[in-house]
Amino acid sequence: MSKDERGRPTRRGEPYMDEPEAKPFWAACREHKLTAQRCSSCKKIFGFPPQAFCPHCLATEYEWVALSGKGTVYSQIAYHRSWHPTYQDKIPYNVSLVDLQEGGRLVTNIVGCAPEEVKIGMPVEVVFEDFPDYTLPKFRPVK
Amino acid sequence: MANISGKYCIVGIGETVVGKRPDATTNSLHLEAIKACLDDAAIKNSQVYGLLTNQPLNDSHRSYAVKLAHMAGINPLFATDLALGGATPIAMVQHAVMAINAGMATTVVCVHARKRSTADPTPGHPIRRGDEHWEEPWGHFAAAGGHAFAASRHMYEFGTRSEDLAEIAISTRKHASLNKNATMRKPITLEDHQTSRMIVAPLRLLDCSLESDGGGAVLVTSAERARDFPKKPVAILGMGQHHPHFSLLDAPTLTTLGGKKSSEMAYKMSGLGPKDMNFAQIYDCFTITSLITLEDYGFCKKGEGKDFVKNGRITIGGQLPLNTHGGLLSQAHLEGQLHITEAVKQLRGNEVEPERQVANAQVGIVSGHGGSLAMHATLILGAL
Ligand SMILES: [Zn+2]
Repeated sequence: MSKDERGRPTRRGEPYMDEPEAKPFWAACREHKLTAQRCSSCKKIFGFPPQAFCPHCLATEYEWVALSGKGTVYSQIAYHRSWHPTYQDKIPYNVSLVDLQEGGRLVTNIVGCAPEEVKIGMPVEVVFEDFPDYTLPKFRPVK
Repeated sequence: MANISGKYCIVGIGETVVGKRPDATTNSLHLEAIKACLDDAAIKNSQVYGLLTNQPLNDSHRSYAVKLAHMAGINPLFATDLALGGATPIAMVQHAVMAINAGMATTVVCVHARKRSTADPTPGHPIRRGDEHWEEPWGHFAAAGGHAFAASRHMYEFGTRSEDLAEIAISTRKHASLNKNATMRKPITLEDHQTSRMIVAPLRLLDCSLESDGGGAVLVTSAERARDFPKKPVAILGMGQHHPHFSLLDAPTLTTLGGKKSSEMAYKMSGLGPKDMNFAQIYDCFTITSLITLEDYGFCKKGEGKDFVKNGRITIGGQLPLNTHGGLLSQAHLEGQLHITEAVKQLRGNEVEPERQVANAQVGIVSGHGGSLAMHATLILGAL
């Protein structure tokens, strides 16, 4: 385990692909589809991270549904300091909270524009960035 | 339900020297805080029957409280670790009150220490924050980021500016400059704040708290027993908690936090309101945290924090002195443990440097805040 200058373990910085409840989400991302759990009982979107029971009504039945990929920026920030070696050459970079149209929120990045062009309330749509072992949903401004 | 307002007291406090403590360990800092607290209360370890603590960030394991109790020669009838991040020190006092009220212990020591400024080579398993694997893949790593989200949204909803947040940093630093046991004592100006480097926009370096070595402890007992202790007892008048979300992903809003309901509960228990407070020790991991909490606590309306903090109102001598010790921003970041000990010192009177004593301090409010702006706890304390 690598450590930082104060002896603390370096952050992982990658998703856990083997988290049982989240496996279908990451598999769909690999196919460039944004999905979420929808409760079979109350019909609400669970939100993230995925979990076994509906957080609204505690029902156990749900289905994975495809989302529109549309959302709105709830808040946005720009990291000017790197907490992880892979971000050293990326600062300053945007991180945003995107509220999805059907419900649920993701921590994500707005791509396709400069960090200072990202605005709260901005409509955005999903794009996918492929890495060797996983695919991340990110968002771009709706033109 | 019987109201327990005023029936339990803090009768001892301990603070270690804070800042860089390269020769100390996390374990030794906890012991140092306990010893200082028991000395202040003039009580032996064998007369303490309960211990509450928070798991060290560098060493999570089964019951740190029981380990620590036995390291300190305490044979506890009541002990547990609490885990509410920066709301933990206040929650410990609340749990101590509940345990004593339930007859499970007569005297409970609540202790919290951290070693985050210098390395601690003591072996251990680091604790997880929770849900970081849904944040870190997109480059969100730091508490500064979570609080920057709140600041960014607060600016969008209410027109709050970075210059408004600076008021909190400047006033808090002024208080630290008067505190011999504070890490950052050189006064700062608006220009210093505005030219300090951006960490996570919109938060600059001087919006961020310190990383510190140190610890603190308080001893809680009943009001009847409090008379047997040498120092002036400080009564616990009101208590509250609220935890409206866990992560940024399920937060209904980032501009009103758990402080609203938590303070409402504490005000109700105490029969007091914001206007009765002589000072406020408000959790300040970032300037925005204090601004939002001042609004949530009803010192001003939501969105008006930016005006409330101006014109010396939050500085000693003003209407509501805020973080009279220098807070997490400038004294030391020990998850707010020293917000509690400072409140006790202010209410005892004659225990802090005269320049930072709040005149006629009778009642004060203390807040704790933890996790991804998720956990909140409130104490209202009063001089007896
Ligand atoms: Zn449901």
